[in-house]
Amino acid sequence: MIDVKHLSKSFGDHLVLDDISEHISPGEKVVVIGPSGSGKSTFLRCLNLLETPTSGSIIFNGQEITDPKIDINAIRRQMGMVFQHFNLFPNMTIRKNITLAPVQTKLMSQEEADDTATALLRRVNLEEKADAYPAQLSGGQKQRIAIVRSLAMKPQLMLFDEPTSALDPEMVGEVLAVMKELAEEGMTMVVVTHEMGFAREVGTRVLFMDGGKILEQNEPHTFFANPKQPRTIDFLSKVL
Amino acid sequence: MSFLEKFTLIFTNAKYLESMLTGLKMTLVISVGAAALGLVLGTIVALVGIAQSKNPLMKLPKLICAVYVTVIRGTPMALQLFIMAFVVFAIRGFPLEVTAIIAFGINSGAYVSENIRGGILSVDIGQTEAGRSLGLTAGATMRYIVIPQAVKNVIPSIGNELIALIKETSIVSMIGMYDLTAASKNLASGQNLANYLAPMTAAALFYLAIVYLLTFAVKKIEGRLRQSDRR
Repeated sequence: MIDVKHLSKSFGDHLVLDDISEHISPGEKVVVIGPSGSGKSTFLRCLNLLETPTSGSIIFNGQEITDPKIDINAIRRQMGMVFQHFNLFPNMTIRKNITLAPVQTKLMSQEEADDTATALLRRVNLEEKADAYPAQLSGGQKQRIAIVRSLAMKPQLMLFDEPTSALDPEMVGEVLAVMKELAEEGMTMVVVTHEMGFAREVGTRVLFMDGGKILEQNEPHTFFANPKQPRTIDFLSKVL
Repeated sequence: MSFLEKFTLIFTNAKYLESMLTGLKMTLVISVGAAALGLVLGTIVALVGIAQSKNPLMKLPKLICAVYVTVIRGTPMALQLFIMAFVVFAIRGFPLEVTAIIAFGINSGAYVSENIRGGILSVDIGQTEAGRSLGLTAGATMRYIVIPQAVKNVIPSIGNELIALIKETSIVSMIGMYDLTAASKNLASGQNLANYLAPMTAAALFYLAIVYLLTFAVKKIEGRLRQSDRR
């Protein structure tokens, strides 16, 4: 589904991603962990070109999306993204938040989009919030809305950038539950997170990043039971 | 005659009242015209300045806009008005009102553009990222997501700019135009009231009333736009 080849990214003199090559297959739930500043968020943001790679290429379903001539908007419609700070549009109702993109990109008519929004809201038990504004919701509710807002575009792949890091501890569970459900339905997911429990339970593969490189990766059970690199062992000993 | 009698005379004597109202009308014509021109100009300049186009053709308009803002904000309004009246539009029969509207509009546009630019930049970058990540174009993201939020942020400062503009039009008498300030000076002369305080006070009250109404309108608009912020 996604092929990353020799991806590097620097901000000025600072090299954030150092020659990363990676492949993500359909249906995989890849969990990316690592210390702050390891480049994991930048890696994720490169996948939908919110950050422009300095060098290297990214191929999504056979199309090289790093090619400047490609219609990046058409590619992004197939990838959902969920942010740490939700980024709901505060000037719109929840329904409008969800229907704006499908209608504007002509994926759906307004009625179809409204129906989709209702169905999606029912799915996360927030049907009654359709006409509320984001400021009236709790953090956990906002993030659940942000997830279904992405789903309204019917993406093939979902990117999660620390989706629970800005939440009160008691709201983390409700968001992870939605993500877990999504994983069970077969969605391809790339999740940057500090939730080791989620990585272990939902992930099909765990990547450990540090210093702009993927230092170690494995199937979660083996990864957590038997880390090999000293840096991984050190990191896990601090977070587990 | 006491101050009060002279002050009353301005509103009761038909000649004096008409003189004041003619001036008031001119002040309003220049203010409204210049405000409209300034808002349009300011919006265009702000959008050009903020556009992150990689197209080299955008370099020239960007440079022009930057020079415009710097020059206009860096020179006195009276001087800009003189240049417009005695150099650019020094054409026999060219209406002075139009000259004044253009001069004040161009001046106001420079300030408005900076207000709007600040308003757009004050919208969290995450809003743009969310819009783009959903597959919306840069233009659609600006139009549906960023601009509506920016408008809310700039209304107070635009209101301030309009208030400053209205009061600044009082210098048009320097190029021989008859506005509210000029009218009050005319009424103060020896052939009329032979008194400064009464007509100046009357003119001040007119300015105050205009600014008060404008402030009220701005507050109303602000309140309506802030509805989605309420919990």
